[in-house]
Amino acid sequence: MSKVYLPVAPLTHADNPVQAIMAQVVLALVPATGFGLFLFGWPAVYLFSITILSAVLFEAVCLKLAGKPASLFLCDGSALLTGWLLALSLPPWAPWWIGVTGAGLAIVVGKQVYGGIGQNLFNPAMLARVALLVSYPLEMTTWVQPAPIFSEHAPGLLQALGITFGGGGIDGFSGATFIGHVKTELSQGRTLEQSFASGQFGLAEAWLGWVPGSLGETSALLVAAGGVWLLRKGIITWHIPVSLLATVAVLATVLRLIDGDRYFGPLWHLGSGGVMLAAFFIATDYVTSPGSPKGQLIFGTGCGLLIFVIRTWGGFPEGVGFAVLLMNALTPVIDYYVRPRIYGRDHKGRPLKLPEGKE
Amino acid sequence: MVVPDIGALWRRRSKIRGGVHPEPRKESTADKPIVANFPLPERLYLPLQQHLGQPAEPVVRAGDKVLKGQLLAASRGAVSASVHASTSGTVAAIEDYPAPHPSGLPTATIVLEPDGDDRWVEEGAEIDPFGLTPDEICARVDRAGIVGLGGAAFPSALKLNLGWRSRIRTLILNGGECEPYLTCDDRLMRERAAEIIEGVRIMLHGLQCPTALIAIEDNKPEAYAAMRGAAKNHGRIEVVQVPSLYPMGWEKNLVTHLTGKEVPAGGRPTDVGVLLHNVATAYAVQQAVRYGRPLISRVVTVSGEAVESPRNVETPFGTLLSELLAFCGHRPERTARYVMGGPMMGDVLPHVQVPVVKRTSGILALTPEEVQATDARPCIRCGRCVSACPVGLLPLEMMTRIRAGQFDAAVSFGLRDCISCSSCSYVCPSRIPLVHYFKYASGELMARQEAQQKTERTNRLAEEKRRRLERAKQAAAQRKAQTAASEHAS
Ligand code: SF4
Ligand code: SF4
Repeated sequence: MSKVYLPVAPLTHADNPVQAIMAQVVLALVPATGFGLFLFGWPAVYLFSITILSAVLFEAVCLKLAGKPASLFLCDGSALLTGWLLALSLPPWAPWWIGVTGAGLAIVVGKQVYGGIGQNLFNPAMLARVALLVSYPLEMTTWVQPAPIFSEHAPGLLQALGITFGGGGIDGFSGATFIGHVKTELSQGRTLEQSFASGQFGLAEAWLGWVPGSLGETSALLVAAGGVWLLRKGIITWHIPVSLLATVAVLATVLRLIDGDRYFGPLWHLGSGGVMLAAFFIATDYVTSPGSPKGQLIFGTGCGLLIFVIRTWGGFPEGVGFAVLLMNALTPVIDYYVRPRIYGRDHKGRPLKLPEGKE
Repeated sequence: MVVPDIGALWRRRSKIRGGVHPEPRKESTADKPIVANFPLPERLYLPLQQHLGQPAEPVVRAGDKVLKGQLLAASRGAVSASVHASTSGTVAAIEDYPAPHPSGLPTATIVLEPDGDDRWVEEGAEIDPFGLTPDEICARVDRAGIVGLGGAAFPSALKLNLGWRSRIRTLILNGGECEPYLTCDDRLMRERAAEIIEGVRIMLHGLQCPTALIAIEDNKPEAYAAMRGAAKNHGRIEVVQVPSLYPMGWEKNLVTHLTGKEVPAGGRPTDVGVLLHNVATAYAVQQAVRYGRPLISRVVTVSGEAVESPRNVETPFGTLLSELLAFCGHRPERTARYVMGGPMMGDVLPHVQVPVVKRTSGILALTPEEVQATDARPCIRCGRCVSACPVGLLPLEMMTRIRAGQFDAAVSFGLRDCISCSSCSYVCPSRIPLVHYFKYASGELMARQEAQQKTERTNRLAEEKRRRLERAKQAAAQRKAQTAASEHAS
């Protein structure tokens, strides 16, 4: 790539290159990630490391094959971020090859075959997640109860190696996610009240994240805190998170009011599963979301709607991956039709009418 | 004391969009007085075209002795401006000389050798501007060769005339100076506020316009205070602070911000009853109308890290930029780039052996650190360029279309509305020189259009020629037939 010598203005540049953006996104993920690793112990640490490592390696190999300068592109940190987001969405005790396969899918199929950073149509991490879910439904839906690292029952360093790399059993730890549990119970004809009673779920635990779930998605509070920080830093704008969360909340409230026996309320919806992560970190992915603020509002609303529909009536317990992918596919269309109004023109692009009395 | 401006509250209804906050880098020149005793150079180079429109027509010849302020070249055609002698001396030649333009191509230039006396052409008596009719004011402004000093260099007399004829309701004086580095308007407002205010009153009188708003960015409190003080007793003139934001000085931004009105695409501010002038132009108008002094010098900001004592200098037109830079302690070995004007919208010059002209608001000698040559990376579609664009365009979409060679698609995304303000390039984290794409594509489209017009013209000419020949042939045949007939008859 040739140097840009900026022959004409601008000569002063805001100091905000790509790498700094990625670094800040990663930083915002640290609290939720740290909590997840703590909650699910050494197996989670292993899976997390191997996923990220393979993402970066796959990226390096692809760059090499494409003949691009690895130093320039690896440093942008986008592969690290993709691997990171993928790892957060995996079941924490999944075997190592889930992480490696997922990373390969995300980087190679999700990103590099399109031509690398900025070119992909689908969010790489979500593409990999959905592909894994479809191909390995068992591994991808085997959840564990929280077993904080260093706690009495938690697997030690070695035992954890067995879980991640050796296919060691996780009997005695398995649990169900809130949404999965409710879905199963409802399908067996029980009411919401009964399933709450049998599942021992508490709203506070759900928000804090002390529940079975994906590696880094369980703590809605910590994820949201990171997201709000990104908002304040100006890395993301409010349009997607707000429209997505508001849509889920409104739909949940309405259905709850209609039939309280079958539908749980908005606080449960927002506090469980990957909704928070999707709202702040996944749907806001620059590459695969619309560029204009209005387009982003439509995109966020669409994601929220699909998440809710799939969760409530779909065959899969967790709708986030599918919802985001579907909306990704619509992004080019949204970008083509939804544009900001140009100064001096109306929304259709025609020049504004002159005020009265003027020709 | 700064009185809260209640009127500004309702005016602020209509919010301006986009914009960026580049580092101002104005400290090095903002607090130093304008240097008025710049030594006359050996030679002055006065291009015949220092304005938008047609070049002026020389009225002197090589060898002529001229006095300071004497007319050297008269305006010609509908849009043009006169050129006057910046000092007394001898016309050495009228020849081609490099113009202060990115291309550095030569243009017709009057070369003047000063005699050192700096003697004025007989000064007309001072007159009372407010006894003149609008037509007389326009005529005096036209005779003085005044053009917009904010950078566009549109002949001011024409603009005043247009404003007067379309009965504008508001005159806006642009004291925004939102470009980094530049402080020439700031200094002028601080030091010559009374003259500027009188210039504004003259314009109001010439336009028969009820009110004037003077917009000053809120990072120039001293200029604001000085102008407020000077405008105190003139109720029709209001001095307002506007937020420091680039490009606040874009005229349509100012119109929208101050009046709440939006100028229709393809239109001018006069379409919504507003006329804009720069504060430096108001000063020039005052000098021209009251004292009959033509525009022969201006305040130029000399800045950049490669200049040892950056400051504002009142410089006669025709002075070589190299001499002006040398006067301020320029260090060529540290200079990576010369820019005329501000860094966002200014022109990069290949060298500085070119003269100061009417639109030269500043000359910057920038060091490699200030220029920051970097690698462009792929677009990550972060949308920052979209939020920065003051016009409401989608720079990233236009850029991808232009890259793919689809200029028409780029136009459908609003390429023609782009004002080349560089806000999008400025915020792009991938350092993509977006505005270059837009300038390139606009240039290309213009060239295509011209080429098309040319082919059409050639075709038309060829067609006409063919018809002419045919007619001639027919006529010849007729004549032949007639002679044959007459011969036959006889
Ligand atoms: S600012 Fe640069 S990287 Fe971001 S969308 Fe615009 S062109 Fe792409
Ligand atoms: S240069 Fe054009 S596209 Fe870029 S911000 Fe300015 S007006 Fe918008």
